[in-house]
This record gives sequence, structure tokens and C-alpha cells, in this order.
Amino acid sequence: MQESAEEKEFRSLAGKIRVGVIEQLRAFGQGHIGGAMSIADTLAVLYGGVMFVDPKNPANPKRDRLVLSKGHAGPALYAALCERGFFPREWLGTLNQGGTHLPSHCDRTKTPGVDVTTGSLGQGASVAAGLALGAKLRGEDYTTYLIVGDGECNEGQVWEAVMFAAHHKLGNLVAFVDWNKQQLDGYTENVMANGSFEEKLRAFGWNAVTVNGHDTAAIFAAITAAKEDTNKPSAIILDTVKGKGAFFAEGVEFNHSMSVSGEQAERAIAEITEAAR
Amino acid sequence: MSYSVLPTEEIKQAKTLMRDAFCGALTAAAEKNPRVTYLDADLASAFGMTPFFKAFPDRAIDCGIQEADMVGVAAGLSLAGQIPFAHSFGCFTTRRAADQVMLSCLYGRANVRLIGSDPGITASHNGGTHMPFEDIGVLRSMPGITILDLTDPVLLADIVAQLSGDKYYGTYYMRFPRKSVSAVYAEGSTFEIGKGNLLREGGDVTLIACGIMVAEAILAAAILEAEGISARVVDMFTIKPVDRELIAESAQKTGCIVTAENHNEVGGLFAAVAETCAALSPVPIEAVGTGDRFGQVGSEGYLKQEYGLTAEEIAAKAKRAVERKG
Repeated sequence: MQESAEEKEFRSLAGKIRVGVIEQLRAFGQGHIGGAMSIADTLAVLYGGVMFVDPKNPANPKRDRLVLSKGHAGPALYAALCERGFFPREWLGTLNQGGTHLPSHCDRTKTPGVDVTTGSLGQGASVAAGLALGAKLRGEDYTTYLIVGDGECNEGQVWEAVMFAAHHKLGNLVAFVDWNKQQLDGYTENVMANGSFEEKLRAFGWNAVTVNGHDTAAIFAAITAAKEDTNKPSAIILDTVKGKGAFFAEGVEFNHSMSVSGEQAERAIAEITEAAR
Repeated sequence: MSYSVLPTEEIKQAKTLMRDAFCGALTAAAEKNPRVTYLDADLASAFGMTPFFKAFPDRAIDCGIQEADMVGVAAGLSLAGQIPFAHSFGCFTTRRAADQVMLSCLYGRANVRLIGSDPGITASHNGGTHMPFEDIGVLRSMPGITILDLTDPVLLADIVAQLSGDKYYGTYYMRFPRKSVSAVYAEGSTFEIGKGNLLREGGDVTLIACGIMVAEAILAAAILEAEGISARVVDMFTIKPVDRELIAESAQKTGCIVTAENHNEVGGLFAAVAETCAALSPVPIEAVGTGDRFGQVGSEGYLKQEYGLTAEEIAAKAKRAVERKG
């Protein structure tokens, strides 16, 4: 099947996001590689064609909101924001340095384009529900997008927010579960088995669908479908690979946070660039 | 700020319950400002908020028994532009949702009003599980938070009105009982967050109190007066940021201080006053508080005696403080 121009654009942006992540982690020497790489394709779809954002006026009240509740994947969001022109590329070299605009976990007071401060897992889910409810109360028509990790779903607060969003019929809320099947201490199946996200979320009153989280066309289609139901929150479970695209992280059990050498970065960037071509 | 204090001989239970004063003030604020929104964690009817739910069904959100989620939702609502007031019992708003207060609200620079009802012994028959002697202490080391122990219905209504507008942005915690408390202020009084209220002048000792202990401090000053000791009385309803100027001035003027709070003195008003005096004007300070203990069931009268939260205890500590001046 012929790849459409839009799909090509998403694939290219996903590649750039992955390269941006590697650049940031190489500059600092280490970082949360696994979850940043697994979510890159979804961020490419969101920032490449779905979300209305305004790099010249990051606080534009009409903008769509993103809550990256798995805040440790900040470098992936920073790379996406950088590609969209929210800040200069040089900033990517400052990850985690004292005084940086790009801290390890997302901070809305530090980074233009970051809507919500996150890092204590589970909390972004409630804040996203509040944003979505606020939009409804105020008659504003932006969409709130929430990204949670599969390990993050160990947190009870996620399920409190899930219950809340269904009860308040937050059809303007779209949540992604980055189902990369790994958490810091190893495979989720061994640490804290999640069971079926689809079944659980449906039981809580959500729409839920599972897609290949590295297939940008499938992600785009799922978002489009999710937005059609304005009476019910929708979840898109992203079947992903933790560390996707970074040869030294993909398939490694303990790839939540890793050191990244110059040589590893160089090879990874070359491979990612080639694959995104 | 323009307040007047009721005469000591008229100190008695206020006609208005604290929860009714809150509901009335928030209802008036919500009528004026469509951004005012109320959240509760399945205690709305116990908190007397049913009229608000009827008046503003869209802006009255019952979150169910989910305090952590409620505080996070409140943060999100504020980032969407609303002014959320979120209530649970004091122990749950603070102790249970501490990380959400810290990160979603404060660190995330949200604009949230948190309410913890039935602080300290006013939790009465709900007992130790529901009796926060630690809520101020849990929050006080969190940067940027404002902590208010609201004295009576007049002060409460004025503060709620002020926090319902655009003058204040940030995270504010208010603690107050649901039931009736002693009336201290005359109707129409107004107050300033961050400024202590000087209720009575005196030269021998300063009694710095908050919440339900303000009325006890006023009564203690009368006891002391009969014994020839002149007591200055301050209502320090803002525990953070505490009025350092007034504390230092009081220390210099009277040479000793007694603090009185319905809370553990560890991390509470005593700590705030002692920290200030240590830095600005060291003087003897005696504390009236619950002590480093858990709560328990009992009538408020029983618990007042059990934990020594009485005018008599304040007066006794005041005499000790005066003696310590040497």
C-alpha cells in the first residue's frame, strides 16, 4: 500500500523525536530512554497533525492540552515541542543541567508548550480530568490528551481519575496507555500484572481500543474515532516496545533509564534517521 | 482590613454554623463569579453544601470518596481557568492527598482552595482516625502554600469572598469546624491574609492563638487581668506566611509569648512563632496545643480538658512565661 504524504510526515517526525531524545540523553549522559522511545510515534501524530498548538503563543486558550502523566518521558515531549518551534534546538543539549528549561520530568513553569507539571505517577490523570471538566464548564472546545504508562497504572489514582472521567462523561478527554510491558523493575507481568487494559477501561465506562503504538496511521485513525464520541472518554491502548528504535535499549529488560554513550548515540541516530527516510 | 472584636463578656457561640457561613459565602461568590467551583469527596451533605449543589449543579462536583483525585481534578480545573474550592475532612484533604497538594497544586502552580473541616478536637466523636492534629504540620513545609485557621463565621465569610476573586493566585488551605464556634468578630469586619489581628493590647505577655483557641485566649486574658497580668492577644489566623512583623513586635513589647492552637505544637503555630522569634527576637515561649499525641473520641468539652485546650491552661502557661522572663 502506498504511504500517504501525511503518514510519511508522521513517520519523519517520529524519527526526529527519537533523534531528539537520543541527543538530549547523550548530552546528559543518561536518562529515561525506554518510555521516551515507546511514545515517540504517538507524540508525532499528536504534534504532527492532531493537536492545535501555537508555538508563538504557547498559552493560547484555544490550544489542545496534553498531559504527559508519565512525566519521565519528558525528553520525547521536548523533542516534539522543539520540532514544532516552541524553543531553540540548543536547549536539547541542556537536559537536566542546573537552570535548564528541560528538566527530567515535565514542568509547565520551565518549558514552553508543556501544559501540566507531572512526575509523581498517577497525578496527571486527575489533572487531565480537571482540564477536560473545566473545558466543559466553560464551553471551550479543546481536547485534552492524556498519556499514562502501563507501569503507571499500578497507581490507584489513575483508576480514581478513570472512574471520575466516565462519571462526568468527559468525551473531550482522550487517554493513551503506553503499553510497553516494562517498568523500572522489569516486565510488568512480573512486577505488577496489569491484566487487560481494554477490558478494565470498558468496565469503567470508557471506549477502549488497542492499536499498534508504532503505526502512526492506526494511531491517527484511533484518535479520529475517539473524538467522535463526545459523551464518553476514550482510551487508546498503545501496543508498544519499550526503547523502540534505540538498538541498545530495545529488548533489554532494564531499559527504563540508561546511560547513553557518544558511540551508542551516533549509531542509534544513524539507524533511526535511515528508518525514517 | 477593618475589624472590631466583640466585648469579652459577650463571647458566646456564634448564631451561624461555620459550614453554613461557608455555604453562604461561597454561594454569594459563585453568583458573582462563574469561575467559582466546588468539589467534595462524598462529604458535601455532611458539610452543609446541599443548597450550593441545588443552586449550581454544574459547578458543584462530587468526586466520590477520592481525595487524591479530587485535589488533582481541582488543580486541572484551575489550569482551565476555574477557581476550585475542594473540601474533605482535614485529615483527608492534607494527610491523604499530601503529594497531590505538593505536586499537582503547588509545584504545578495551580490556583486551588483546599478546605479541611473539623480540625483537631472538633472532629469529636469521629475520633482519632478523623482528628487532624497534624494537618498544618503536613502542609507547612510545602513551599508557597498559605495556611489559614479560620476563627469564626465573620472571618470565614470575608476570607472565602476574598479567595473567590482574582486577587489571590496559588494554593490556600483553610481549616475550620463544621459546627458552631465562639463569635469573636463583629459583623462587617474585614481581614487581610498574612496579617495577624491584634485583638487586645497588653504589656506583660502576648497570647498568640488561632482557630477555636482565639476565644480561649481572650478569656485567658480576662483571667490574667484579674491577677494583675496584662496580656496582649493576637489572632494569627494565617499560620503561613506567618506575620513575622507582628510576632517580633509582640516579643519586643511584652518579652514573652504563649501560643495556643488546636493542633500539635510540633509543626504548628508554636513552631511558626518559635522559628520567627529565634530569628528576630528570642523570648520565652510557652505552648498550648494537643501535644505530640493522637486524637480520640469524646465530646469537644471532654477533649478540651483532655488536651488542655482551655483558657485556664493558657493563663497558667502565661504565668510561667512571665516568670521565665526573670
